[in-house]
Amino acid sequence: MPQISQILATYASQFFWLLIVFALIYFLIGKGILPKVDAAVDARDAKIASDLAAAEKVRGEAEGLEGAWQAELTQTRNAAQAEAQKAKAKAQKDAEARLAKADAEIAAKTSEAEAGIAKARAKALSGLEAVAADAAQDIVAKVSGIKVTPAQATLAVKAALTNG
Amino acid sequence: MASEGGKIDPMHQFMIEPIVPLNLAGYDISFTNSSLFMILVMATIWVFMLGGMKRQMVPGRWQAAVEGVNGFINDMVSTSVGPEGKKYVPLVFSLFMFILVANFMGMMPFGIVPGGHAFTVTSHLTVTAVLAILSFGTVLVVGFWKHKLHFFSLFVPHGTPWWLMWLIPFIELFSFLIRPFSLALRLFVAMTAGHVLMKVLAGFVINGLNADAAWVAPVVSLPAFILMIGITMLELLVCAIQAYVFALLTSLYINDAVNLH
Repeated sequence: MPQISQILATYASQFFWLLIVFALIYFLIGKGILPKVDAAVDARDAKIASDLAAAEKVRGEAEGLEGAWQAELTQTRNAAQAEAQKAKAKAQKDAEARLAKADAEIAAKTSEAEAGIAKARAKALSGLEAVAADAAQDIVAKVSGIKVTPAQATLAVKAALTNG
Repeated sequence: MASEGGKIDPMHQFMIEPIVPLNLAGYDISFTNSSLFMILVMATIWVFMLGGMKRQMVPGRWQAAVEGVNGFINDMVSTSVGPEGKKYVPLVFSLFMFILVANFMGMMPFGIVPGGHAFTVTSHLTVTAVLAILSFGTVLVVGFWKHKLHFFSLFVPHGTPWWLMWLIPFIELFSFLIRPFSLALRLFVAMTAGHVLMKVLAGFVINGLNADAAWVAPVVSLPAFILMIGITMLELLVCAIQAYVFALLTSLYINDAVNLH
C-alpha cells in the first residue's frame, strides 16, 4: 500500500502542498468569496422579507380603507333612514295638526251657524208672538168687542205658546 | 493503470510520483502528482465559487448552485452549533468542498488521456490526517480559548452518577482523543477501499478480454463490467457521503467546543 510504504518519503511534500492549498482555499474562498455569496443571499432574503412586509402593510391599509368606507356607508344609510323617519313623523304631525285645526274651524263654524240658527229661531219666535198677540187682540175685539191691551194679549199668547 | 508484464496492480493508482523535485531545509517537498491534484481541486472549487460571485437578485443556475452549497453548509453548522457557529462556516465549508471535490476528482476518467491517471488526494493517510488534525485542532483551540480549563468538564457528562466517576471521564476522554483518528481513517479507508475495488473489477474486465480462452470474456468481463457500473455509482455516492460525514462531524465537534455539553 503506497500510502504507508511511501509515507516517510512523501509526508513532507504532502503536508507542505496540502497546507498551502488548504490555506488558499480557507482564506481566499472560505473567507473571501463565501461571505460575499452569503451577503447576496442575505440581501435577497431581506429584500423578499421587506417586500412581503410592504405588501402586508398595504393590504392592511386597504382593509382599513375598506372598513372605513363600509362604516361610512352604514352611517350614511342610517342617517338617511333617520332623516326619512323624521320627515315622515313630521309630515304625520303636520297632517294631524292641520286636521285638528280644520276640525276646530269646522266646529267653530258649526257652533256659529247653530248660534245663528238659534238666534234666528228666537227672533222668528218673538216675531210670531207679536203677530199672534196682534191677531189675538184683533180677534178678541172683533168677536167680543172687548178692547184688550197689547200687554194682556202678549201675555195670553205667551202662555198659550208655552203650554200649547 | 499500470500493466507491468500484463499484471494489473490495483495499488499503483495510489503511488506518489514526483513531477518537479524540490527540497526545502532537508525536507523533500517535491511537486508531485498528489500536489497537482490538490491544485486542480482548488482551481475547481475556485471556478465553481466564482459562479456565485455574480450576486444577482434573481440567481441563475450556477449562482443558485453555489448558494445551495453555501446554504447547505450554513444550515448544517447552525443546526449543529447554533448562532455562534457562523464563524466556523468557512472552515467547515473548506473542509467539505476540498474533500468532496478531491473525492470526485479521483473518480474522473483522466485515464482516457494517454499517460494520465486520476489521483485521489483523499485516499492518502497523510492528507486525511492533516485535515483531521485541522478539525480536531480547531476544537481544542476553540474549547480552551472559550472555556479555559473548564473545557475538561466535557469529559464529565451531565447526570453522571458519583459511583461511575472513576470510569466515565476516561471513556469520554478516550472517545474524544480517538476523534482525529476516526476522522482521518474513515475517509482514507473509504476512498482507498472504493478505488481498490474499482481497480480490481476493472482488472477482471481487462484480463477477461485479454484471456486466451474465448469463453472468458462473456463469463467474466461482462458481469464484472455491469457490476463495475453499479460500484462506480456507489462510489460517487460514497464520495459525497464521506465529505458530508467529515463536515458534519467537524461541526458537531465544534459544537462540543463552543457549547460544551
